[in-house]
Amino acid sequence: MNETSPAPVASAPAPRKTPATGGGKPATKAATRSLTGRRIAELLQRQGVLVVLLTVVIVASFIYPSFHTLDNARGVTVQASFLAVVALGMTMVIITGGIDLSVGSVFALGGVLAAWASQWGFLPALLTPLVVCGAIGLLNGFLVARAGMAPFIVTLATLLGARGLLLAITDEGATTYLVPKDSAFAELGQGSVWGFGYPILVALALFGAGGLLLQRTSFGQTIFAVGGSSDAATLMGLPVARTKMLVYTLSGLLAGLAGALNAARLSSGVTILGVGMELDAISAVVIGGTLLIGGAGSISGTLWGVLLLQVIQNLINQIGTLNSSYQSVVSGGFLIVVVVAQRYLARGRRTT
Amino acid sequence: MTQAAVSTPAARPLARLRDPAWYQEYGVYLAVAVVLLFNALFTEHFMTVDNLRTQLVQVAPIVIVALGMALVIGTEGVDLSVGSTMALAAALLPLYLGYGLVPALVMALLAGALVGAVNGTLVSLVGLQPIVATLALFVGGRGLALVMADSQLKQIVNPDLLSLGTGSFLGIPLVVLIAGVLAGAVAFLVTRTTFGRQVVAIGGNRSAAALAGLPVRRVLIGVYMLCGVLAALAGILATARLTASDPSSLGTLMELSAITAVVVGGTPLNGGSIRVLGTVAGALLMQLLRATLIKHDLPDSTAQIAQAAIIIAAVYVARERRSR
Repeated sequence: MNETSPAPVASAPAPRKTPATGGGKPATKAATRSLTGRRIAELLQRQGVLVVLLTVVIVASFIYPSFHTLDNARGVTVQASFLAVVALGMTMVIITGGIDLSVGSVFALGGVLAAWASQWGFLPALLTPLVVCGAIGLLNGFLVARAGMAPFIVTLATLLGARGLLLAITDEGATTYLVPKDSAFAELGQGSVWGFGYPILVALALFGAGGLLLQRTSFGQTIFAVGGSSDAATLMGLPVARTKMLVYTLSGLLAGLAGALNAARLSSGVTILGVGMELDAISAVVIGGTLLIGGAGSISGTLWGVLLLQVIQNLINQIGTLNSSYQSVVSGGFLIVVVVAQRYLARGRRTT
Repeated sequence: MTQAAVSTPAARPLARLRDPAWYQEYGVYLAVAVVLLFNALFTEHFMTVDNLRTQLVQVAPIVIVALGMALVIGTEGVDLSVGSTMALAAALLPLYLGYGLVPALVMALLAGALVGAVNGTLVSLVGLQPIVATLALFVGGRGLALVMADSQLKQIVNPDLLSLGTGSFLGIPLVVLIAGVLAGAVAFLVTRTTFGRQVVAIGGNRSAAALAGLPVRRVLIGVYMLCGVLAALAGILATARLTASDPSSLGTLMELSAITAVVVGGTPLNGGSIRVLGTVAGALLMQLLRATLIKHDLPDSTAQIAQAAIIIAAVYVARERRSR
């Protein structure tokens, strides 16, 4: 779990062997202590969600016997996998200092396109949403990176546009395309290995790949650098615009893929999905410790963030007597607590 | 959300080719005029008093929310919680209508002020990014509204409240009148008062404003509270017009409509300038555009794609000015 945020431009992390940090002053006792404190704060900020998640899961398993059954775990993780795939792309976009509001619509569009194309077989069902949603992501990236427009507003427009496109290909939402029952594409959503559905495996594979991409490739380092300071990255000769375009394209691709997987699972392209999903994804990313100002963040945190949101939802369903509207109250409360805590932990690490 | 401060060299010749200042200043009014002219020529039964009145009534809640949003965006913030605030206000109305109309209205407006105070505190004292700070109440606020209303739609029978939604004064629907008066008040606030100048100064450069001794935190909290109160008022008026309190769907996507109106109206997303009249025109443009397309039997999908295109175009035109 070595997902430090390099932030090569803003603040180089202190090398372990040299005690003298902070402007080359000799290491006094106080300085060492504050350094340790900072490390703990960093660790908490990065992996605090995991601690919260594990605590919630363990406590809930004792209180609600139905919670820690394997069936329930499968249900929660399958539900989480779609949001996780969307949030993966969102994490990268947010690390570059941007935001992608269009993912909810793109998710729904991907699902409808996949269900529509599944009548021609497995590959069309998978590729059609990827091509169209990737193109929407590319458009976002182009408008943000080359035309210099604000990500918030660009992706707000494509949120509307993608939903419009979805309505156009479903006769204003009247037509629901069904995935043929025995097709290989339906198997992609419903099949499983040792009881774990393919969507979970796909999500895990993508997170592994995403982690490698961010931590072990120069593209990943460029993503952090662009988010740390776009101007500095430009001066360093990094391909800022190209990186942003790629990141938005990836976000579109992942949202479309998540939609396709969901359509395969449901065997149909449901048109009303994905409303507000962008905000769920952003919540998960933020809870996971990625800073919205960009330049720092982790993929694993996002995964825990998604799981935490799903577990909260599942718990409230388990309690049963509790009105399901409490779910959003609790989620909103968690969000406040986590971001406020993060704000104080991050203080001193990055000054905005 | 940084935007590329380094504008690409390819964009500069384009910038010289057009006449940016004029379009940036009057583009949105021109667009409204073009839509109206188009309808006068090509759409039957559009330029009638009845239809225009309907359009105004429909756009009024958006305008009211967008006024608050314009103030928030002027401080380089954004408020995602306005839709949930509308729902919260709507949920509170039936709970307190038993005590009379005024207590119910006061409670609903207070709820809006409270939501705004929380948002403003998170933004100014805790120092959270406005998107995150208001996201929490976007998620939690609607849940709270549903909890209070037992997730039920409740009919409103109070005649006084209903007359707020359906009544009119000198032939002008009350909702429209209220929106108009509020637009005037906010325009006055922005251009003629100290508070307004402080809002714009803080949006322009927060640290400079703080160094200059402006009460940054107080102004920020005030702005978010105003936005919350305006959203609650929009929720009250929408509830009165629907004759029912519907916390599960009232105000959904309102944050996006309001932000769209503000941005299309020419207020830059990175703060420092607020265009109140432009915001009203922005909301009108989106409403009229949608109505026009629908009257020409073009489906909803086309309307949404057209709106997306308008947003992109508006921001593209305003782009040069935003890079200070």
